Parts: sequence; C-alpha cells; structure tokens
Amino acid sequence: MNHWLTILTLVPFLGGIVIAGLGGERKNLIRGLALATSLVGLGGALCLWLHFDPKSGGLQFVEQIDWVPSLGIQYFLGVDGLGLLMVLLTAIVTPLAILASWRLDDRPHVYHALILWLQAGLFGTFTALNFFHWFLFWELGLIPAFFLIKLWGGPKRGPAATQFFIYTMFGSVALLFSFLALRLATGSFDFIELAALAKSGVLVTKLQAAFGWKSIGLIVFFGAFLGFAVKVPLIPFHTWLPAAYSEAPSPVTMLLTGVMSKMGAYGFLRILLPIFPDQIRQVLTPLLWLAVATIVLSACAAFAQKDLKRMLAYSSINHLGYCLLAMFAATAVATSVNNSDLQKAAALDGALLQMFNHGLTASALFLFVALLERRSGGLRGLDDFGGLRKIIPVFTGLMGISIFSSLGLPGLNGFVGEFLIFKGVFPLAPWAAAISSIGLLVTAIFLLTLIQRVFCGPLNERWAKMPDLTTAERFLVLPSIVLMFGLGIWPQFILGAVDATVMKLVQQLNF
Amino acid sequence: MLAWTIYITFFGVLVLMLLPRNNARAARIVALLTAIAGCVVAFVGSIQQANPGQVTTIVKVRWIAGIGANYYLAADGISLVLVVLTGLAAVSGILFSWNIEKRTKEFFAFYLALIGGVYGVFLSFDVLLLFVFYELTIIPKYFLIARWGSTRKEYGAMKLALYSFVGSHLVLIGLIAAWVVARGQLGHASLDLIELSKVHFSVGFQHWVFPLVFVGFAILAGIWPFHTWAPTGHVAAPTAGSMLLAGVVMKLGAYGCLRVAMVMFPEGMHEWQWAIAALAVAGIVYGAGVALVQRDFKFVIGYSSVSHMGFVLLGLATLNTIGLDGAVLQMFSHGIIAGLLFGVVGRMVYDRTHTRDFNDLETLQLGKLLPFAGVTFVIAGIASMGLPGFSGFVAEFQVLMGAWLVFPKLTILSGIGILIGVAYTLRAIQKGFYSDAPPKPVNHDHPMEPISIPERFGAVMLIGASLIIGLFPGLLMNWIEPCFNSPLSMFARLLVKGGSQ
Amino acid sequence: MNSVNYLQILQLAAPETILTLTVLVVLGADVTVLHGKSIAARFNVGALLSILGCAFAALLAFTRHTEANVFNGLLVVNPATDFVKVAILTLTIFTILISTSGKFTNHVGEYLSLILLGTIGLMFLVSTEDLLMIFISLEFASLVLYILTAFNKQNEKSAEAALKYFLFGGMSAAFLLFGFSLLYGISGSTNLREIAIGIAGKGFDPLLLFALVTTVIGFGFKVAAVPFHLWAPDAYEGAPTPSSAFIGSGSKVASFYVLAKIFTLGFVGAEGSAVWHDYLSGWMPVVALIAALSMVLGNLTAIVQSSAKRMLAYSAIAHAGYMLLGVLSNTPASASAMMFYVITYALTTIGAFGVVMVVEEATGGDAIKNFAGLSKRAPGLALCLMIFLLSLGGIPPLAGFIGKFFLFSAVVSAGANLGLLWLVVLAIAMSAVSFYYYLRVLKAAYVADAAADAPPIPVPLLTFLALALLALLVILLGCAPGLLTQFL
Repeated sequence: MNHWLTILTLVPFLGGIVIAGLGGERKNLIRGLALATSLVGLGGALCLWLHFDPKSGGLQFVEQIDWVPSLGIQYFLGVDGLGLLMVLLTAIVTPLAILASWRLDDRPHVYHALILWLQAGLFGTFTALNFFHWFLFWELGLIPAFFLIKLWGGPKRGPAATQFFIYTMFGSVALLFSFLALRLATGSFDFIELAALAKSGVLVTKLQAAFGWKSIGLIVFFGAFLGFAVKVPLIPFHTWLPAAYSEAPSPVTMLLTGVMSKMGAYGFLRILLPIFPDQIRQVLTPLLWLAVATIVLSACAAFAQKDLKRMLAYSSINHLGYCLLAMFAATAVATSVNNSDLQKAAALDGALLQMFNHGLTASALFLFVALLERRSGGLRGLDDFGGLRKIIPVFTGLMGISIFSSLGLPGLNGFVGEFLIFKGVFPLAPWAAAISSIGLLVTAIFLLTLIQRVFCGPLNERWAKMPDLTTAERFLVLPSIVLMFGLGIWPQFILGAVDATVMKLVQQLNF
Repeated sequence: MLAWTIYITFFGVLVLMLLPRNNARAARIVALLTAIAGCVVAFVGSIQQANPGQVTTIVKVRWIAGIGANYYLAADGISLVLVVLTGLAAVSGILFSWNIEKRTKEFFAFYLALIGGVYGVFLSFDVLLLFVFYELTIIPKYFLIARWGSTRKEYGAMKLALYSFVGSHLVLIGLIAAWVVARGQLGHASLDLIELSKVHFSVGFQHWVFPLVFVGFAILAGIWPFHTWAPTGHVAAPTAGSMLLAGVVMKLGAYGCLRVAMVMFPEGMHEWQWAIAALAVAGIVYGAGVALVQRDFKFVIGYSSVSHMGFVLLGLATLNTIGLDGAVLQMFSHGIIAGLLFGVVGRMVYDRTHTRDFNDLETLQLGKLLPFAGVTFVIAGIASMGLPGFSGFVAEFQVLMGAWLVFPKLTILSGIGILIGVAYTLRAIQKGFYSDAPPKPVNHDHPMEPISIPERFGAVMLIGASLIIGLFPGLLMNWIEPCFNSPLSMFARLLVKGGSQ
Repeated sequence: MNSVNYLQILQLAAPETILTLTVLVVLGADVTVLHGKSIAARFNVGALLSILGCAFAALLAFTRHTEANVFNGLLVVNPATDFVKVAILTLTIFTILISTSGKFTNHVGEYLSLILLGTIGLMFLVSTEDLLMIFISLEFASLVLYILTAFNKQNEKSAEAALKYFLFGGMSAAFLLFGFSLLYGISGSTNLREIAIGIAGKGFDPLLLFALVTTVIGFGFKVAAVPFHLWAPDAYEGAPTPSSAFIGSGSKVASFYVLAKIFTLGFVGAEGSAVWHDYLSGWMPVVALIAALSMVLGNLTAIVQSSAKRMLAYSAIAHAGYMLLGVLSNTPASASAMMFYVITYALTTIGAFGVVMVVEEATGGDAIKNFAGLSKRAPGLALCLMIFLLSLGGIPPLAGFIGKFFLFSAVVSAGANLGLLWLVVLAIAMSAVSFYYYLRVLKAAYVADAAADAPPIPVPLLTFLALALLALLVILLGCAPGLLTQFL
C-alpha cells in the first residue's frame, strides 16, 4: 500500500519535534536540519508530481482506513490536480522561508519547529478528504502561526496575533457547526460523498428532513462560507490580515501569504463549490459583489499604504479576489452562452494558476522586503527609500521582475492566471469582470508607484552604502525568478496536470 | 476485579494512618504506590470487561435485608470510562503534590479516602451504597481544602462542603420518597438500581421528585446558578485538591444525574429537558464570560470548569445517543484537561511565584523562565479550547450534534460560549506566560526552582491521555456507545425520543 | 397471672436484682475496703465491680427467652424488653467507663451506685405496661438524674443546673400524674391495653385530649423536646460530664421506648393524623408539632453555641425531634427504626461526651476553641471525635446515617400517599444544617493550630478504651446495621 501522503505529512511533523528537542544552542544544526526536512518535503512533492497521472481527473495516492466508524470518521487521504498543486506550492515556499530566516537568533529551535509544524498542518489540510482530520490540520495550522507572530513579530505583534487567531477561530467554529449539521443530516463527513449527494440534489432534502427548516441549506452554506471567507480573506472579513502580515516576521509572512491564504481558496474549491453549488447560485449576485469589492477596494487600499508590507498585504487580498471571482462565476448557470463548460474550465484553470503563481510571487516579494529590511535596519516605509537602483541594481532587477509578475505582465507567470480568469468570467458574469478590471488598473498604479518611490528617483543618501545581493541571496531568489519566467512562458506545465481535475469539477457543477 | 480499586485505595489510607508522623517521603511513596495500583487495576479490569454494553456484576451481597439494600458493585461501559479517569487523576494528583511538606501523611490519607469514595460511587449499582460513597467524599474534601488550601481556604471549604451536603440531602429526600413508592409497586423493598429503573413512577410523582434528585446531583456538577461553590472552592483548594475537585468530583454529580436521576425518572427528564438545557447553556456562556474578566489565574480555570461542565449537562439534556455519548466523553476529557490546567497553574506557577494575579505574572516572563510550564499550558489551553486532535473536540462536537437535533437555537448560543472560551484561554496564555509587559528585574537570590520530574511525569501523562483519546476516540467510544444502544439497557426508556445516528 | 410468689418475681426481675446487689457491693466496697485510697483507684475498682454486675445482668437478659406478664402489666418480660434492657446496661457500662477519670467528686461509691440505681429505674421503666409503674420508675430514674447532675459540689453551675432540672421535672411529673389519673378515670384501668379498650369509641373527648397533652408534656420534658427543653442546655453544661452522658443516653433510650409503647398501645384509636393536608386531631399532630419545633429550634440554636456541651445539648434536642418522628409513624418498621436510632445515638453521645470530658480536664474548659489542634495533641482522641460527630451529622458509613435513613424511610412509608413527607423534608433540611456546627468543632480539631507550646493531651486508659470501642461500634453498626436490627 502506498503511504506517500501520510509520510509527506509526518516528515515535517517529526522533524519539528526533533528540532524542538535540540535546545537553542546549536543554531547551525537546527537551521540545517530544518532546511533538510523541508527539502525532503520538496523532494516528496516532486516525486508525487512525477508519478501523477495527468489524464485522470480523480483522486490519486488514495489512503482510506476506517478510524471511528460510529462517528463517520475515516482516515481518507488523496490528491487530485488541485491538491497536488497546493502541496507543491507548500513544498516550494517552505524551504525559501527557512532560508530567509537563516539569521534568526532568538530561540531558533522553537521557531523552526513551529515552521515545520505549520508545513505539516498545510500538507495535512491539502490532502485530507474527511472532515475530521481535515479540520484537525486546519486548526493545527493556526497554533504555530499564532506563536510565530506572537513571539518573533514586530512591535504590535500581541494584538495582531490575537486578532488573527480569534478571527480565524470564529470562522472555524462556524465551519464546524455547518459540518456537524451535514453529518447529522447525511451521516457522512466525507467530502467526496457529500459532493455526490449535492450533485444528485439529495443533500438539501436530507438537511431539511433532519432539521425541518426550509432554508437550512443556506444557513449551513453560510456557516461554511464564513469559515473560508475569513481565511482567504474576503472583504469584509479581512481586517485581521494587514496587521498580521505586517507584524509577522517577513519569512513568516511569506508562508502566510504564500500558502496559508491558499488554504481558504482551496477550501472554496474543494469543499464549498462541490457541496454547495446550488446555494452559491442562489446568492450569486451578492457573492460576486463581494468578490468585486475585494478586488477593487483592496487595490485602492494598497495604493493608500505607506508601509511596504501592508501594501503587499492588501495586494495579496486583491490577487486572491480574482480567484474567488472565478470560482463564483463558475457556478453560474449561463444557458445563453455557448460552450459555457469551456468558459468555466478556463475560469477555474485561471483560478488555480493564480493561486499557485501568487503564492510564488507574493512570497518572493516578501522575501525581497525582508532582505531590504535587513539592510535598512528594519525600515520598510515607502518614503524611506529612493533611487535604490543605482546602488543595488541586481536587487532592483530581480525585485522588479517579481513586481511585474504581480502586476500581470505578459511573459511572466502572473499574467496567465489573470488572463484565463477574465477570459472565463467575462462571458459568465460580464459586469463583474468589467468592474474588476479596475482592480487591474489600480494594482498597476500602486506597484509602479512602489517601483518609482523605492528604486527610481533621487538617491536617498542614507542608503548610499547599501550592499547588493550576496551570492547566497542570489541563489535564494533564483528558483522563484526562474519559475516566474518558466511558468509565464510555458504555463502548460501546470495546466497539463490540473486540466483533468478542473474538467471534473466543472462536470460536478453542471447539473 | 474492579472492586479492588476501592479496597486497595482504602487499604492505602489505613497504611498511611499507621505511618510515623514526620516521614513525608514514606507517605508520598505509599500514596503513589496505592494510586498506581488502583490505576492499574482500573485499566486491567476495564479492558477485561467483555461486554461493555451490559451491566456486569462484580459483587452482589445482601447488606440490609429490611430495606432491600445490597452491597452491589457492577460496571458497564460508562462506569469503566469514569473509573479509568479516576485512576489517571489520582496518580497525576499525587505527582503534582510531591512537594507537600506539612503533615504529608494526613494530606495523602484524606486524598486517598476521597479517591476511594469516588471509585465506590462509579461502581455502585445499589442506590444506598452509591449514596454512602457519595456522601463519604464530602469530609475528605473539606479537610483537604481547609487545612492545605490557600485563598480563603476555610470559607471555601465550608461553602463547598455545605453545598455538597445540601445537594446530597435533596437527593436523599427524593430517594426515600421513590423507595417508598417503588416498594408499593414492586411488592418488596428494593434499592437495586436496575430494579428501580423498571418501576414506572407516576408522572405527577416524577414531576417533583425528578428536579429534586437531578438538581441535588447537579449542584455538585456545577449547574448554573448553583455553581458558586466551584470557583471559590477550586481556588481555595491545594493543587491536587483542585485537580480532583474539578477533574473527578464534579463528574460525580453528573454521573449521579445520569445514573440515578435520569434512569429512575425518565418521564420526569423528558418534562424538564428544556429547562435543564437552558441552564446548561447559561452555565456554558456565563462561565466562559466570567472567566474572561478574572484577574486571578486560578479563577479563570475555576470558571472554565463551570463552562465545560455545562457541556456535559447539555449533552445529558439532549436525550439522544450522540449527545449522551458526547456527555460521557466530555466527563472524561474535561477531567483530564482540568487536572492538567490546575496542575500548571497551581503547582507549576503558584508554588513558585506565590502569586496568581495576572498583573504580577505579566512581569515575570514565565514563558522564558519555565518553558516546560508554558508549553504545557499552551497544550492544555488548546485542548481546553476544543481544538481537534485532543479529546475535548470529539466530546464537544458530539454534544453539539446531539444538541443541534433538539435545541438548535441553544446550540448556537453554546457556540458563542466556545468562542469566548477561545478568548479567555488566549488571554490566560498571553498574560500568564507570554506577555509583552516590561519584565521585572530578576531576583537572583531566589531563583525559580526548575520543573521537577514528578511534575513533568504528571503533565506528560495527562497530555498523553487527552491526545490519545483525541486521536483514537474509538477506544472509549467502544465502551460508551453500547451502553446506550442496547434496547434492553437501563437507558431505554430515556431514549424514547431522539434517535441514534 | 393470679398469684405469683416473690421468688418468681425475683426471677423475672433478675437483671434488676443483680444490679441492686451490685449497688450494695459497690457501696460497701467503697466504704470499707477502698477507704482512704486515691479517687482514681476507688473509681477504677468501683467501676470494675459495677461493670461486672452490669455485664452479668445484661448476659442474663440477653440469653433468657422468657415471656411473662405479672400483675396485669405491672411487670412485663419478653425478648423485646429484654433487649432494650441489654442496650441500657451496655450504655451504663460505657458511662461508667468514662466516668472513671472524673475528678469532680470525692463520693465515688455513691456516684457509681447512683448510676446503677438510675439504670435499675430505667430497666423497670421499659418492662412495664402499667401507668402507675411507669410513673414510679420514671420518677425514680429522674430523681437519680437530678442528684447526678448536682454531684459536682465545686462548681456552682452544677447545683444551678440540678435545681432547674428538678423544678422542671417536678412540674412535668405533676402534669404527667394528672394526665394519668384522667386516663384512669376515662377508662377505668391503669393497664395500657385496657385503657385502649376503654377509650375506644369515646371520640373527641376533651378529657382524653387533655390527658394526651399532659402525657406529651411529661415525656416531652424527659426527652428534652421543644417547648419542654429549657432545662437541657443548662443541665448538660453544668452537670459533671459523665452525668450528662448518662442523661443523654440511657434515659433517652428508655423514655422513647416507653413513649412509643404508651402511644401505640394505650392511645390506640386516638391517633389522628399528621399527614399533609389531611389533619385529624389526635396525638399524632401534637407529636408532629413538637417534633418539628424540636428539629428546627435545636439545630438552629446549636449553630450559635460556643460551648461544646451546650452544643451537644441542643443537638440532643434536635435528635429528640427526629426520634419523635419515629414514634409518630406508628408502624412496626418505624418502631424498630426509632429504637435503632436511639440506641446508636446514645452510643455516639456517650462517646462525644467522653471526648469533651478529656478535653475539659486538659484545657480547663469545653469551649470549641479549646479543641484547637486536637488532631496533633491527641490524634486518637481526635479521630474518635470525628467519628462521633460525623455520625451525629449523618455522614455514611456511620451509624447515624443509617439510623436516619431507616427512620426517614419508615416515616415516609407510614403516611398514606407520602403524606408525612413534609416532616421528613424538614428533618433532612435541618440535618443538613446540623452538619455545619459539627464540622465547626472538627475544623477546630483538625484545621486550626493549637498554641505552639500546647502539650499533648493525656488520655486515661479506660476512657480511651471505652471511646475506641464506641467508635468501632458506631462504624460497625453503620456498615452492618443488621447486627442490631435483628433484635429489634
């Protein structure tokens, strides 16, 4: 029997335990061990990629064991294209984050242990298919994140961490209640089973039978929606994010924005869309409004920021807004459109690509900010810098590539995702797509402003002696840059793997 | 075999009383060995039980023929769960009290007497015998708190003892009345729980007897608004006392509700179901809310106990198999977790810092000084919050599912209670261990003693228990579920409405 | 029944005869052989002799299985009365044991003889069904008790207490006699059973009611029920402690036994009913009222006492209330429950007073604060104290709890439709209250610390033996009440 996925999740977990037990003295040993563990994870993910059959849209590497049958709890793991993509993303971003924390001196054993446990939680979330242990990993991801912010963060880390935790818990409790209701009505915690019930239309009937309220379906949907909306986040559930992202140490922010935010989007795709397509359709217009608001308002907010990290934080919200737009649009019943299947597939393909690419790009961007902070002694205001390209040209160039990728310049990875999203959404929800393109515009504006203020213009004399990227750092950012170009030119690399899954998902939504 | 838990424990009390006065070490070792022996017997006896769904008789001997009382010890799955909990709590309590120097042998004598009484309650199937063991526990509780406690110990002890006594006397009234009526129906006097469960008391009779007996037991379980003895008593008690009180003794009350009140008067329970659920949810929310604003660390835990016991009572009120399963599991889970929380706050923190005020603790940076304590408290806090992976999650979600079916609106309210629970736990973690307040300069003349081996052992034992049951709840569910599922069980009349899932 | 010669009477009254002989022996020994020896020696020897006598009498009463009725109920001997006599003798033995350490008097022989004489009076009290004999024995025993109360000539409280006791007793004796004469007038006989036949069908005769009330007054005084209790706190406090023990034990057992007999045999048909919502006039409502008042007043006043002996006095009043419930229920089950309760209560009381006596001698007073640190100064004594007080409070697995359980369940089953439940609820509620003041003493003993230089308290051997035995009995009877109930 193959236990790839279990091993994949166990390795960082055990690694974290070993590192935590090492004590804080042997710093290099700790860092090396942490890096090695995360590279093992990367290796594992790549192995999975290689053995993955792109033609089948279903689950692979499945492990299914009964755990507590009377409660409907099963140990059920599996990945399809979506899950694999997220696993791969996690596997790529984590070593980068560890490398970015190389200089950390304060209790490194705890720090790296927490990062590895966070990675274990993420792997677990992306591979679990039964609510019980999915929820276990979902919640388990919170604790390391909370402590990472609380113990190593910036000056306002206490409130930021607390707000982050409580907000997410609030969403989680709502999610829990919804799933308890589902289990009561259907007797199952299994995502696949629940999706099948939804497709056959039986789910709502069962819910109504169990509870006797007519609108129970919507209520349960809303609970689950809350849980994920807080995580992505969708406006207006986003208020925890700017504080958390900016107070967290930058390598942690890499993980937060790169992967943890994808947990929310993944949740939408894996759980919300297959199980509640009807309910999404019922409230489609408000949801689209929310997505549009997320896209546009966050971009505007980013424009108004003076702190680089906060700006990028809002930009993250903006980029994920596109994913949600695509997902909501994909549930629309658009009978007046030819080939609506293809449009939906395009939209969802775009969403997946966007998730992966944004993960890469955003983590790279925060990495650059971290490197900048290191050189400036902690300063990261928009107006603190100026004319840096004259002194640190390599840095400027590489960060510039990342910024343009975030902007959506064709040829870089950011473009493909956004393009596909708009291609798919436009026929399905034209006005939403139209208004969202404002977001594209504003994003361009603030990112270019960033380049202008930080890198161009007159040189800020304070930084005349700033050193450029060292060789080590160049190697650090190299993989991201390569991927940015690579995926920009040849997105098929990813799309090939996920296409079948996406088609299957679209079939699921069409009935 | 399970009866040996009782006998071994009381034998330990005897041995302790005969030890010379000042030998603290001997007292500790005797106590620990007794508790471990009891725990081992509990485990082995429970695992040996072939059919947890049925009541398996251990001893049944005539005691007082005139009133139909027998010395009747038996166990079904629910008893097994609670007996195992008692074993674990007993051992960990002793480990956390390793540092008691004042009149050690008396402390452990009272402690073991309490444990013996608790074992007795969980294994008794004769109502008089159960009552005897139940009342027996009041005296050791009183002395443990009054002699070895801290804040307002005499007041706290007396309040606790009086509340318990009043509660048990309410039960006595109901029991005597029921005994008389049952004798009329059965034709002979009987105090056998199983026989009494088959008696059909009239609805009018149950209308007033049930609340009397239920509330009498529930006072000890901390039902709102008769819960006020709990925070005062828990704070006043010495660490092991609080661990036992919150961990095991409160479960005596809930067990009494389930085993006696609900079994003997099922129609009464049906009638009062809503009221009990409402009180339970009030306890959940109120306990959590008050815990959120406490200045004393131990009071936070005390009130959180009231809140968690609210879940047990809510589960009992659901009257369906899921809710009842969850209630029993929550009894076990909270027993372990409360023990852990009090162990950290009482033993690890208070015995070293001699303060429980958050304003003082904030300046001490305990997260750095006592990392083991900090991590243990974080894990305990996570478990207490009901995060998955620990026993509390499985218990709470079962209770919630059961409650969803019957009281949807109340269930949403209890969800708010969970959230407040997250908030106060987080606050306690932050203020107690990882605060950002400027640290006081460290006094190097009195360095803080590191966490000792018995404490570590106790902590690991309890964390392990919560984790194992959190990940493999089937271990206990296999004992609990058959008790409610069998159509011939003593709970059959209770489960008339509400189905099993 | 007609002509019975004195030899036969002596045989039937053998236990009493033996005791009388013992009195003479003890008195004689004290005056002659032990003259000039120390008080302790005189007490020990005298006690030994007394105990031998009592034991012999008890053995005789226990093993014979005679049934006899002499002179139309004047002397009734059957296994039931014999067992009560055994109980009374046992209580006397224990009382004597704890009195051996007494230092309150020089007149040892007289003291012991008086106790024995009182016992004889009580024994006659229980083995009669004739009003006259009841009165005579009652007065005999009471007289002895008055003197015993006054025995401490060094303490003026003792004299005051005895005077109060005597005055009260005299008054209530007058009432009792008046009532008895009315009964004789109504029914034409002094035999209880014949009285019952005589008053049957008389209905609501005001004379009968008066007789009823006065009987209640007379016996209510004897058992210290409210509102005839005013002598009790002073008597218990002022009298030398062994006397208090004797008052609270043997005389209670006998009095309740007789009271029950009078009401169940004599006033048959005039019961009335004390069932809730179902009031019928008769002796039951009267007794119920007294019982309720005793329970409430006794327990509530005991809370504010600071002297241990006064507290025990008020607790005695409260317990009298519980026992009156047993009388009230008027069924065989409740009768035996009541006797169980009285006997175990008596055992416990002697024990409690014994402990108080030791503490009093060692610390010079019986205030509750004198008990501070007892667990350290005299651990065995403190343990016995805990057992006695917890039994009084009704904590299982001690005899007090089982006694209460028996009593309350018998009472509830006696009333139709659980009609007497209100009394039991009251009793249980008051019992809960009592827990507080018993615990207070234990708090002082176990929780409070004695003064730093407080020496350990020496416990005289005989007293300790008696207390240990009593404690064991209390535990034993609590766990295996069948040992006692088989005889009731």
